[in-house]
Amino acid sequence: MPEVKMTVNGKPASGQIEGRTLLVEFLRETLGLTGTHVGCDTSQCGACVVHVDGKAVKSCTMFAAEAEGAEIKTIEGMAEPDGTLHPIQQAFQDHHGLQCGFCTPGMVMSASALLAENPTPTEAEVRDYLEGNLCRCTGYHNIVKAILAASGQDVSRIAAE
Amino acid sequence: MYAFDIERPATIADAIAALGTEEAQALGGGQTLIPTLKQRLASPAKLVCLSAIKEMQGICTADDGALCIGGGTTHAAVAAGAGAYPALAALAAHIGDPAVRNRGTIGGSLANNDPSACYPAAVLGSGATVITSNRSIAADDYFQGMFTTALEDGEIITEVRFPVPEKASYQKFEQPASRFALVGVFVAKYAGSVRVAVTGASEEGVFRWAEAEAALSGNFAPEALEGLSLSGDGMISDLHGSGAYRAHLVGVMARRAVAAAH
Amino acid sequence: MPKDGGIGASTKRREDIRFLTGNGNYTDDINLRGQAYVHFLRSDVAHGRLNKVDTSAAEAMPGVLRIFTGADFENVGGLPCGWQVTDRFGEVMQEPGHPVLARGKVRHVGDPIAAVVAETYAQARDAAEAIVLDIEELPAVVDMKKALEEDAPLVHDDLKSNLCYDWGFVEENKAAVNEAFEKAAHVTTLELINNRLVANPMEPRVAVGDFNRSTGDHTLYTTSQNPHVIRLLMGAFVLGIPEHKLRVVAPDVGGGFGSKIFHYAEEAFCTFAAKALNRPVKWTCSRSEAFMTDAHGRDHVTKIELALDAENNFTAIRTDTYANMGAYLSTFAPSVPTWLHGTLMAGNYRTPLIYVNVKAVFTNTVPVDAYRGAGRPEATFQLERVIDKAARELGVDPIALRRQNFITEFPYATPVAVEYDTGDYHATMDKLEEIADFKGFEARRKASAAKGKLRGLGINCYIEACGIAPSNLVGQLGARAGLYESATVRVNATGGLVVMTGSHSHGQGHETSFAQVVAEMIGIDANMIEIVHGDTANTPMGMGTYGSRSIAVGGSAMVRATEKIINKAKKIAAHLMEASEVDIELKDGRFSVAGTDKSVAWGDVTLAAYVPHNYPLADIEPGLEETAFYDPSNFTYPSGAYACEVELDPDTGKVTIERFSAADDFGNIINPMIVSGQVHGGIGQGIGQALLESCVYDENGQLQTGSYMDYAMPRADDVPFYQVDHSCQTPCTHNPLGVKGCGEAGAIGSPPAVVNAVIDALQRSGRNITHIDMPLSPSRVWQAMQG
Repeated sequence: MPEVKMTVNGKPASGQIEGRTLLVEFLRETLGLTGTHVGCDTSQCGACVVHVDGKAVKSCTMFAAEAEGAEIKTIEGMAEPDGTLHPIQQAFQDHHGLQCGFCTPGMVMSASALLAENPTPTEAEVRDYLEGNLCRCTGYHNIVKAILAASGQDVSRIAAE
Repeated sequence: MYAFDIERPATIADAIAALGTEEAQALGGGQTLIPTLKQRLASPAKLVCLSAIKEMQGICTADDGALCIGGGTTHAAVAAGAGAYPALAALAAHIGDPAVRNRGTIGGSLANNDPSACYPAAVLGSGATVITSNRSIAADDYFQGMFTTALEDGEIITEVRFPVPEKASYQKFEQPASRFALVGVFVAKYAGSVRVAVTGASEEGVFRWAEAEAALSGNFAPEALEGLSLSGDGMISDLHGSGAYRAHLVGVMARRAVAAAH
Repeated sequence: MPKDGGIGASTKRREDIRFLTGNGNYTDDINLRGQAYVHFLRSDVAHGRLNKVDTSAAEAMPGVLRIFTGADFENVGGLPCGWQVTDRFGEVMQEPGHPVLARGKVRHVGDPIAAVVAETYAQARDAAEAIVLDIEELPAVVDMKKALEEDAPLVHDDLKSNLCYDWGFVEENKAAVNEAFEKAAHVTTLELINNRLVANPMEPRVAVGDFNRSTGDHTLYTTSQNPHVIRLLMGAFVLGIPEHKLRVVAPDVGGGFGSKIFHYAEEAFCTFAAKALNRPVKWTCSRSEAFMTDAHGRDHVTKIELALDAENNFTAIRTDTYANMGAYLSTFAPSVPTWLHGTLMAGNYRTPLIYVNVKAVFTNTVPVDAYRGAGRPEATFQLERVIDKAARELGVDPIALRRQNFITEFPYATPVAVEYDTGDYHATMDKLEEIADFKGFEARRKASAAKGKLRGLGINCYIEACGIAPSNLVGQLGARAGLYESATVRVNATGGLVVMTGSHSHGQGHETSFAQVVAEMIGIDANMIEIVHGDTANTPMGMGTYGSRSIAVGGSAMVRATEKIINKAKKIAAHLMEASEVDIELKDGRFSVAGTDKSVAWGDVTLAAYVPHNYPLADIEPGLEETAFYDPSNFTYPSGAYACEVELDPDTGKVTIERFSAADDFGNIINPMIVSGQVHGGIGQGIGQALLESCVYDENGQLQTGSYMDYAMPRADDVPFYQVDHSCQTPCTHNPLGVKGCGEAGAIGSPPAVVNAVIDALQRSGRNITHIDMPLSPSRVWQAMQG
């Protein structure tokens, strides 16, 4: 089996793979980074979103071999080493943007990609950007609110609690 | 997925060589092919991954003013970099979702020719030229029915050349589940001609709506399409909409595209 | 202002930290040493005779450890049904067997035929393709009414028909109801379909079976809402494993919505195979597999009639429903269209006479069982739709017609066998009128019209019965289980404590809100309290989480156990302060003697309990640990009023939700932030049912919506921000917290509001369209507009 090498959350990572090994399988099974989830098999739910060279990608729809030499960032790499949450993670907690937590890693990674591209998105832009991230718990209300809050916008007038 | 080998050539020449072996298949961004492989609906012995071929990526303007897009250019890159052809950039910006747009490529989409994909409408609606590893194919010759194209085995799309119209617009009505086009209409006005291409609707895949083109060539205004209608016969009919509904939507989207064209 | 961490505070969720950092522990994150993988070969035909399953070639494939077929399960039980309904003639329902792996016949697409266990998942799947099947395809029954025809193919050859039961409720009222219809001044009739849905929690199901040969202990890790129920059903009825040798763990679970209540074949298989192979066996469901194996929800075909007198008072309701059971009886399937549906048919209204008929039908489709709301959304939808239609026929305001018929005096005994303890339906409607800004509607409608869009406003009320349920009552109704809940409170020597609850959290935030209750009761910081759930090895026998029961039933058990702790702690405190127990008061974590300045801290008492040097050993035992089982005396009855405003594009038929408002009465509230989140999620699913979601089979029983490519899940841009309010509070009178439950309200209350709004938009545009079946997809709305 060929070997693949990449950088994951700032650290070198490598492992044996098959041609058919998906990036998400490499992350979860080879590296034990189980924060990235698999919620569908048609590339729609977005629970598996990670950053590849700074861009949001569905790690269930990319082969590990294609990540050779790439910089990967997963949910495990978002908080500070001392445990301080990333502002997006903190906003999700502050605004109850998660319930069961299964879609959450993908949501946070997508939100992070959005705010990198568009630091102060409108509500409509947030909703549009989340087209590839399904959540079944929150009705999206508090996810959208948390992302707007993470962008530094005032969300106090959005239908409260 | 069935087992296969994967290769990642850095040049077009190496990719063509790799594709020369039995049961080899090209892998663009994989956003359609990988889900297909997961369902075990394809069983290549080898995947030749095109994403490392730098010479197939990027956007430039040719001497004749055509916008040239490398076959390996992602939807996101087209959305960001095709400012010279705003309708095309807008189309690319609404394919799939952001993560899909960061991987999916124009060449991959055109090679697959999904009957509900967006790019075929832009290519046919612009009268673009598909440049492959060994020839140039006019859009009117390229699309040959759903999931069928003029591409030969082992031939890959290296570039697509879009003549830039005076104005154009793509209007998509999304299938509620997949968010693919239930119907998408691309309208482009060139000096002396108008092209109207329709995706999502027909069992034959993307097609040009000749009556609409004729009507709009005389008067490029939504009103010119009043009274024109397509038959539901030959239109895709499924749980998301009948053929008659799709035929109706073609008219609605065409009028909206003309109104929005800029 | 409530104290942070106490009852009524919007305390941030403690469980969020692990979920936000990728440190959750979901079942698929569990990998055991030596683990093997199973892939199930499933039927691709809806109905067929299984003549032969030839595994010989597959067994020789690389990595294959063993291939199991139905024959391997001949000596174990089938998957049990937990509820037996008695029909209107006094006969018990027809109850077919449900083997772990198909035997003799396959009965739906997805029915498991063989299980391949191999070293890797890919090897298992590769080998499954080498199994040679000889299946004689039989005609499938999909449509419920056709399934009941005389010559319909039988889903189960050993049953006399495809009718599971023909239930009448209340059968004795039938004649009086019919008479009321004959005397009615007006009768409104509506025929409708409550669309089949797939729950689709974002985490697909997973099971990992483990066996320790040296001790004989079995462990099952599974995505369940109720690990004790799985232990009981699987241990006692399927595999014959005594409970003390079977541990079931449901760790972090990524949503359930009902679909993870039930005991599934894959759980039994992995437990069984782990022993047979003496290796852990893991199954991870793909989403495509989930569509054809998770129990589906809803799927009712109903005719409802509403009788009114000349003053527009409701005089009677008569309903006739066909309820799809699918190919087998899932764990609680029979109860959903009956006791969770018929009992809700009074809604918020004083209708004196009601008769509900339900025919439950077997078809060659995936089993159907509880999905968020379970029976109550079906009841609410038909009732609130027929009332809206009646208002239109009579030319009266739909809100006024509802208000005129509201129940206003409590307790209120309905004609469908339940007694509402409290409620104030005018108050929630008043609140709705305020937050939904009905006054501004006309201006918004005109603005829509200026853009060529139609705008409509729909409202409805709902009532639900939560907190399932009094065990003695449900026992009479056919439940084969008790429906109490349990909690053990273990106080540690240094004052911190652990609550071990039988409730299970899979998104509801129990670890936070349960701690708030105990913190409030004792007066200590919530951070001193840990909530443990999900593992039969360290929690008392509990019935789990569904039916919006956790805080009402599980929370009550926790309160009772905490009360026992406080009572014992007071005895210890009295001893320490040489005072009388009756004079001891507990406030803010300190015990004091009434009328004196003597006090001891909570920690002094807990330390004394475990270091009993100065301790009333003659009167009480050392230690501070108590368990309580709480069995409710009634259901709880949350209620509310919802409003939806839609915009409709007449050119395409596309409906967009412009505003959504919900005024709920959940009684007392522990954590308002969490409660709002529950309502948001329910509304999202309700909008999904109303506009997007539908599970469709073709006439041959092939699933047409087998992935997210065709099953339309609500996305962020399908919904708006919701305006929710739960300031109307009529506390429940019969549980210690006065709580009612909030998990399902949103999903129950929202579909009729959406459909009423779309019909309103069409009617205002002069189109005489009285009903469109859900989902109101663009193509359906457009089709309806074509006349």
